[in-house]
Amino acid sequence: MPWAPFNGSLEGARIDRLLLYNLIAFAIVFALAQVWIIVVMLRRKPRGNGLPAALRWAMIAVFGVLYIWTGIAAQRLWANSQFAGPAPEAMQVEVTGAQFQWYFRYPGTDATFGAVRSQLVDAASGNPLGLDPADPASKDDVVSSLLVLPAGREVDLRLRSLDVIHGLFIPGMRLKENAVPGMILHVHFTPQTPGTYSILCSQVCGLGHARMQARLLVVPEKQFTEWLGVREHLRQAGLAGGVSRP
Amino acid sequence: MRKLFTTDHRSLGVLYLLLSLAAVATGTLLSLLMRVHRIWPDTPLPLLGLMKPEDYLALVTMHGTLMVFFVLTVAPQNGFASLVLPGQIGARHMAFPRLNAISFWLMALAFTILISAFALPSGAPLSGWASYPPLSAIASAGPGQGTGMDLWLLSIGIFCVAAWLGAVNLLATILGERGAGMTWSRLPLTVWAWLTTSILTLLVFSVLLAAAVLLFSDRHFGSSFFVPLNDVVNGHVVGRGDGSPLLWLHLFWFFGHPEVYIAILPGMGLATSLFANFTRRRVAGYKVMAAMLVAIGGLGLLVWGHHMFVSGMNPYAGTAFALTTMAIAVPSTVEVIGWLSTLWGGGLRLTTPMLFALGFLSFFIAGGLTGPILAQPALDTYLHNTFFVVAHFHLIMAMAGVFSVFAGIYYWFPLMTGRMMNDLLGKLHFWISLIAAYGTFLPMHISGLAGEPRHYERLAGPVVSFSEILPNERGITWSAILLGAAQLLFLWNLFASAKRGERATENPWQATTLEWAPEIPRRRIERGPYEYENGGTESMFRPQWESASKQE
Amino acid sequence: MPATFTPKNVEIERKHTGIGGKPPVDRRPTGGGGDGDNWDNRPSGRRGPRELLSRYRLGVLFALAGDLMFFVALVSAFFVRQSAGHFDARENYVSDWHPIAVPPILWVNTAILLLSSLTMEIARRQLFREIDVMEEWLGLGRPAVKRAAPWMVVTVVLGVLFVIGQWIAWGQLTQQGFHFNSPDPSSHFFYLITGTHGLHLVLGIVALAAALGALFTLKRVELRQIVVDCTAWYWHTMGIFWIFLFVLLAYFQ
Repeated sequence: MPWAPFNGSLEGARIDRLLLYNLIAFAIVFALAQVWIIVVMLRRKPRGNGLPAALRWAMIAVFGVLYIWTGIAAQRLWANSQFAGPAPEAMQVEVTGAQFQWYFRYPGTDATFGAVRSQLVDAASGNPLGLDPADPASKDDVVSSLLVLPAGREVDLRLRSLDVIHGLFIPGMRLKENAVPGMILHVHFTPQTPGTYSILCSQVCGLGHARMQARLLVVPEKQFTEWLGVREHLRQAGLAGGVSRP
Repeated sequence: MRKLFTTDHRSLGVLYLLLSLAAVATGTLLSLLMRVHRIWPDTPLPLLGLMKPEDYLALVTMHGTLMVFFVLTVAPQNGFASLVLPGQIGARHMAFPRLNAISFWLMALAFTILISAFALPSGAPLSGWASYPPLSAIASAGPGQGTGMDLWLLSIGIFCVAAWLGAVNLLATILGERGAGMTWSRLPLTVWAWLTTSILTLLVFSVLLAAAVLLFSDRHFGSSFFVPLNDVVNGHVVGRGDGSPLLWLHLFWFFGHPEVYIAILPGMGLATSLFANFTRRRVAGYKVMAAMLVAIGGLGLLVWGHHMFVSGMNPYAGTAFALTTMAIAVPSTVEVIGWLSTLWGGGLRLTTPMLFALGFLSFFIAGGLTGPILAQPALDTYLHNTFFVVAHFHLIMAMAGVFSVFAGIYYWFPLMTGRMMNDLLGKLHFWISLIAAYGTFLPMHISGLAGEPRHYERLAGPVVSFSEILPNERGITWSAILLGAAQLLFLWNLFASAKRGERATENPWQATTLEWAPEIPRRRIERGPYEYENGGTESMFRPQWESASKQE
Repeated sequence: MPATFTPKNVEIERKHTGIGGKPPVDRRPTGGGGDGDNWDNRPSGRRGPRELLSRYRLGVLFALAGDLMFFVALVSAFFVRQSAGHFDARENYVSDWHPIAVPPILWVNTAILLLSSLTMEIARRQLFREIDVMEEWLGLGRPAVKRAAPWMVVTVVLGVLFVIGQWIAWGQLTQQGFHFNSPDPSSHFFYLITGTHGLHLVLGIVALAAALGALFTLKRVELRQIVVDCTAWYWHTMGIFWIFLFVLLAYFQ
């Protein structure tokens, strides 16, 4: 689609198609209505008594159908993405927003996110999420400022925020969900096309809002396993502290 | 001085309009600064120097707050209603003239307090007009979130009380002061609109006031209504209990969405009246139009959740709110089709107020049609908080709202001053504004579809450059500058015509509604509000102040 | 130039409210032998002696409806906040909401407020007794004022007692460790709800005192009726609000 950034997700294609239909339908209505206004402005001689009521109600009925269609079509997509949870084998990644940085945490080999404690949050000493070293599950957690995902596998994002409301916005995946402090929200999607995508913040979060951006790297499964393995190794060696920069 | 502390409803109407003129001038200036900064982010501005990111966000916040509260609420509801509502229903005055004056002065006070936030060394608040906590609840979350945010809350609190008193006054006037024979079906549609908006104001501004009290308590009394446990700002744990930011969103948007209808419904009523007048036709389906105005207001109370599709609200609630939002499209469509069919073959008299009413209609359609798109949660997950939304609400609320206010000012100017506004300047003002407004807000859809979020002080961030929409953004800025410049024509016209304008004749627009009656009628009203002879000539109309037996 | 251009005209006309002509009693023209017209068919300002009263009642009604929404918002926030919680380190969902027992003095306060509503209603009714109104209107004395004033004084005293009682309740809670700054959400709500309601009552007491003064200074019978009537409706509504809020605080923690 020429008007939007390249779509790399399974769900995005359907959203794009629906959006395109909507744009076309409403652009046509817009043009017709504006032409109507121009025509009535140009025809200076009064004629008739306006439209007959039957025609008016017929037009309203047409719009009623249009609204029902848009309502139902969109609800199906919404239900697919929101009512149903991710597949059990979906990959878990935790996304944490903090003024003004996104952090991505992989649960590591134990597939369990370690405990975090807000008292331990200290970005300067390399523990921006406040990982609790006392919790064995946090030992193998990998924290990254780059989101790397394997292509073709469903991802379940676990959204958190440390401080204020942020908005996780990945235009290339047609994905947006707020990261609300005090809540853990889940969104799931399937990245398909390998490539680099941008991650933005869509909810005003303070003076660095416009700079709160990150990269999403969709890579083939094999490359992903390699990357995660390297990170895991660094983490175990304690070289990269809590967070590793790309 | 006596003129300033008046309790006369007409003079107060003018004062309200002057207050919103001051607010709209300030708000427009702020928006132009924003536009210029967005395309030349590293160029120092004259007098202001290089703009810091927090300055830009402060501009956004103050622009939104000024425009929504002090322009789009004050002018269409308080200003015009004070000016003409008693006249239109055959009353001599508002039910409580002094209360009306108190309401005005409270609004003026709120405006002063809000503007004074710019003078603070820490700057104006930056959390946007919706002020989501915890950003708005914690002073250390950003510059301007300390005293600046307190001033914002204080200003909004005072404004809530003022709007509330104004609504009480309007309701008591409409219900209790109608002239003899002024039945519900003889009310002009503007009165129906003010009836609806007053009820909305009463219901929703009280909720905003409660929310503001809760937020203030969070900021200063250590409570935890909106701040969750374990909230860490700037490395300090600030959360004290299980507060929920979502609670604020619900309370705020319960106010915020009906507020949009408070801004636009009077314009819809006025446009209907103008279409009838300048086509010399009766309103097509008067009862339906009145019912739809009320229906929009009523449904407007049930749709707030469509601002929250991606906020972490329960997805089933998202579905419910999407459906109510689709439902509200229906009465809006009925209104638009009613207008279009009144206009069809109407032989329009293209006076300046009529042109602005047509502009209102054009923007109402342009902005309204993106409403059903944004009401689909699945599409909103992409479009939410992008420039697509900015385009949507600027077209339907800001441009349609402001054009209806312009229509009202050109139309009722003779009632304010006894003079007409200059027609040529008015038409010039209209055409430049129309083209420049479309030039500003239509391309914003493209920016939004390209994924550009709101509240970004510059296009190019560390990861994305948005370079492909830079030409688009340049065009928007130049259009916005043209749009701003066109308003100088209006200002000139306004003040020059008030002084030296052509003297108005009695009932200059050949209108039927009562505010144009040569004197307040002492006899029973026996006619409907829009008794124009269908297809007739200009002289064939029956004003409401004439008796039913009199035949032309 | 049409008359509508000159607002001054409008101002002068306001002075003739058209209610001086008839005594402000609740008797409406029935048409029997009279001019047979319905007051509602006349222009506003000439709809009989009760017009001004019904205008003010309407205003108070709407203002109180808006006020009701204010408390509805607070109460809905109360319920939302009550159900809020978080997952602790062991993934248990815990809430920080600890219900607090309301201080027993609130029962006494509630009784006082109910009693004050009763005395206020007695005071209000004094001003609408037809025979007294006629006497006042004819200038034969002020029996209604004389009868109403003591009841209003009692109402003011009871109102002040209620506010003092609430203050004592706050003090008791503070002694138990629930002060406004304590991190407990239920105590925030307790203070916020009683505080905003108390503020309304303080305003009501000021209005009552002003109405009491106005009883003796206002010259016209119908204006005296209006001040007492409007204050009374405000006072009753605050009493009803309090009952709801009290039940909420006492039983829905």
